Amino acid sequence: MIVQRKELSWWERLYIPAIISGFRVTVRHFFKKKVTMQYPEERWVVPEGYRGAPYLVKDQDARTKCVSCQLCEFVCPPKAIKITPPGPKVNKSTGNVEKEPADFEINMLRCIFCGFCQEVCPEEAIFLQKDYSLTGESREEMIYHKDKLLELGGTHQDDIMKWAKKNQEAKAQGIA
Amino acid sequence: MEALSEANSIQAILLFGLLKVVMVVAVLMPMISYSVMAERRISAAIQDRIGPNRVGPFGLLQPIADGLKFLLKEDFTPNHVRKAYFWLAPAIAMVPPFLTIAVIPFGSTLGGQNMVIANLNVGILFTFSVVSLGVYGIVLAGYASNSKYPFFGGIRASAQMISYEIAMGMSVVPLFMLVGDLNLGKVIEYQASGAWLIFKQPLAFIIFLVAAFAETNRLPFDMPESETELVSGYHTEYSSMKFALFFLGEYAAMISVSALMVTLFLGGWTLPFMGLDTPATTILGGLLHIGIFVGKLSIFMGLFIWVRWMLPRFRYDQLMDLGWRRFLPLALLNIVITACLLWITR
Amino acid sequence: MAKQATEKSAPPVETITIKIDGKEVEVPKTMPDPITGKPVATTMIQACKIAGIEVPHYCYHPKLPVAGNCRMCLVEFGMPAMGRDRKPILNDDGTPQVRKMTLPYEPGTPRGAIACATPISPGMEIYPNSPATKQMRESVLESLLVNHPLDCPICDQAGECKLQEYSVEHGQAESKFAETKVHKPKQVDLGPRIMLDDERCILCSRCVRFSKDIADDDALGFVNRGSYNTLTTFPGKPFDNNYTLNTVDICPVGALTSKDFRFQMRVWFLKETKSVCTSCATGCNITIGSREEKIYRYEPRDNDAVNACWMCDEGRLNYKWIGRKDRLTAPKRNGREGITWKNAIDDLATRLSEFEPKTTAIIGSARQTTEELYLLKKLADHLDAITDAPARVGEADKLLVNADKNPNANGALVTGFCSGEPGSNLSKIATDIRSGKIKQLIVIGEDVTKHGISAKLLEKVELVLVSDILPNETTKKAKTLLPGSAHAEKRGTFINVKGRLQRFLKAVEAPGDARPESEFLAELLTIVSGESYPSNPEGLFNKMAAETKALADVKWADIGDLGVDVKI
Repeated sequence: MIVQRKELSWWERLYIPAIISGFRVTVRHFFKKKVTMQYPEERWVVPEGYRGAPYLVKDQDARTKCVSCQLCEFVCPPKAIKITPPGPKVNKSTGNVEKEPADFEINMLRCIFCGFCQEVCPEEAIFLQKDYSLTGESREEMIYHKDKLLELGGTHQDDIMKWAKKNQEAKAQGIA
Repeated sequence: MEALSEANSIQAILLFGLLKVVMVVAVLMPMISYSVMAERRISAAIQDRIGPNRVGPFGLLQPIADGLKFLLKEDFTPNHVRKAYFWLAPAIAMVPPFLTIAVIPFGSTLGGQNMVIANLNVGILFTFSVVSLGVYGIVLAGYASNSKYPFFGGIRASAQMISYEIAMGMSVVPLFMLVGDLNLGKVIEYQASGAWLIFKQPLAFIIFLVAAFAETNRLPFDMPESETELVSGYHTEYSSMKFALFFLGEYAAMISVSALMVTLFLGGWTLPFMGLDTPATTILGGLLHIGIFVGKLSIFMGLFIWVRWMLPRFRYDQLMDLGWRRFLPLALLNIVITACLLWITR
Repeated sequence: MAKQATEKSAPPVETITIKIDGKEVEVPKTMPDPITGKPVATTMIQACKIAGIEVPHYCYHPKLPVAGNCRMCLVEFGMPAMGRDRKPILNDDGTPQVRKMTLPYEPGTPRGAIACATPISPGMEIYPNSPATKQMRESVLESLLVNHPLDCPICDQAGECKLQEYSVEHGQAESKFAETKVHKPKQVDLGPRIMLDDERCILCSRCVRFSKDIADDDALGFVNRGSYNTLTTFPGKPFDNNYTLNTVDICPVGALTSKDFRFQMRVWFLKETKSVCTSCATGCNITIGSREEKIYRYEPRDNDAVNACWMCDEGRLNYKWIGRKDRLTAPKRNGREGITWKNAIDDLATRLSEFEPKTTAIIGSARQTTEELYLLKKLADHLDAITDAPARVGEADKLLVNADKNPNANGALVTGFCSGEPGSNLSKIATDIRSGKIKQLIVIGEDVTKHGISAKLLEKVELVLVSDILPNETTKKAKTLLPGSAHAEKRGTFINVKGRLQRFLKAVEAPGDARPESEFLAELLTIVSGESYPSNPEGLFNKMAAETKALADVKWADIGDLGVDVKI
């Protein structure tokens, strides 16, 4: 494709129209309202569905929802997640859920906030929340462990409570 | 004061000369850093941003922070450069603009002293000779960096600055034909007694103004350091304080060329009303004249900054075409016309 | 594996031609019974397998008696129609007419047969992929999933669960079951190594049949009826024979789980490496499951010539020492670290060249690979040294466990490292040390203080070179100590008690600077003897095989995953 160069008129070739229009544009913008946001004081309203940092959540009964199935670890594209499974020791406190991670690490330096972990989680235990500016003074500090993730994640209202329901059913059927 | 005026003339010249040098540098350095600040704020405003506003009230301490940063950064010299020239170039880039200021009368009198560091009777010739040295810093930087982009930048700069020096020099010839003297003080006196030369020689002013942009490597003529094609041109390999010297040099050049324009075309420290066009007799009046000079200077600095966002960069051939085939003939024509007019009116 | 079995069994005289999925297939009329080995009628599932079609199944297992209780292998089939004269009804073109079987009281509904228990007959047609078959599978799966807890996220079987796999492949996406599920006991402690989750059990009875017919320990059974049918042991009798963990392998769902592997790692992370068990001379074929240089489990690997598809619990759990924290990780001289491998080997070579003949003894180990024993034998020949490897004797059982606890005693014999029974020279070495006849000792992979040469006696000789994996009394006294590798950290071969040469591969990296013994012995021997010995196991094996009578016609590549028989 050949774009024909527009032949400039005598007036245009004097360069004055360019100066005038350049001046008009710059003046208009000079007095326009500024779009800069004064960041630490002013902040964006984080929209619904924003994919910020992934954190672990507890349900309304304060139970850690993660059961250490390691699907997120498997699906995580940058391998940011590392789960330490609980091992064979029977933990009475977990009840019929049987399993809870011994440790859950997310390397926030590696995380790409893709949301696969949230999508794959069969227990709705991990959610990409609204935090977007994570800071730390060392690489170690940027690896978030289970306690920190749970603290930051907060509570998630679970409408199904499948484990509690199972437990209830089992009790009703006389199985402790 | 009395004791001072009674001292012999050599001592007085030395003492007051030194005092004026110190004063000018003391004013000039903050002016440079604050014009950087001004540039950043104005640029931001034109781009719908706010610009630096965090350091100190309204961000007024930003230049200090910038300076500190430049000073504290690692003074890195790449391994492949020609070391001696590499170190020399920033210093050379810095010196000529400061030397130019020396002959410019930045006020009338203050305490019986002429507000000019060196009242040379060949002032304008001195100015041009010093300005032409400015190119060496850049060419040297381009050569010393020993890599392709700085080298391109240096070559472009030398071609561009030499070309426009000619147009610039030619454009001011009619002025001195009118004034009949090369002393810049006399140029101001001439303007104070009649109309400013911008009105008498508008063509010369336009040529001089455009050439000034080209001489200082400012947009739309910033070919030597055009980021889009040459990374950063001649200072690609520079960092920390050495880079800062180039930066200061560029702004000092802007200030000196603005001062020159104020002196040549806008009547220097004078204003054509309220008796402000005669040398001051009081200290207040002297300060006022300096204020007027700085005010006029600021208008040109603002223009330099504003134009940066108004016009896109010229292509290199367009630049050379403009210099050699438009402005040089025009300037020559202007000389001829002025000469004819002078011959007729005599 | 069943395919292997059919290939290996003698070709039966009689074959039957049947049609599977529209293709004519000739299959043997009988096949050996998995328990007794007597010929029994070939079943549809075996015929389909021969035809290359996998019929989904839960309760059927090629090594167990047929039970036919899961109904998963239901297939639609047809038989040649018979006239009243007991002669086949023929089509117009002369071929026998085949009628799809339907319910007698509902002629439009196909009648399926369980492929695992239905013998084939001439002219039979099997439709393993027909719409009716697919619908039957779907319905069976729906029925199996009625009371299944669907707790895959906390189930160790997830990832290798037949219920998951068949649900995806043959099941429905949604459950129609809206009622409350029947709950059964979870986390039932069945025995020292087994944890049972009754809710997940689909009552296939594989574990029951294995315990009764293979392990000969009739410990498991079902109690209650209908939906409440539950797997359990006899009250107060733990399920603790030496083969219990095989039930975990054969359990198609997550009902029986290994306490050792429970909640340790998800199976899809495990790298599977073909290896051989080192706990006794049987040399059961195993798969090592490892992740990030840590071994998580051993699983038996099918090999009809050695272990079928079973292994003992003792061997299966004998892997934890490989990951121990006190492993030897750096070469040492006089107990101090800081020497490089090259230094250590060069120094050793110099020292060895100063020895007088017949003043050296080399004590190796029948736990080393055949290649390593070969190198040691070569070194011994060079030094004119006396050699031996200690014997390890334990208890045998009827199934797999052998009394010889060394995995490679036959390797020591084949290479000539041991001239007779392992351990027969040890007392002579001890005597010679005492009498001062032997002045230098080289020990590879054994703690000689436990095998007749006391720590005191060791002080009488120069303990030139000791190589081991874990620290012990002998390694403490070594002049030069070189850290070795466990079998999971190197490649090599073992020859089992029946003379089967088997290859094992590397699953994990050795810790620190530890190296495979074959590597550094080959380097040492190359310097000492001036002859070039390859330091990779393939080259070394091929060199050894070329020089050893028993291995004369075997190449590393010929060994394959299942090994080859050699004459000892």
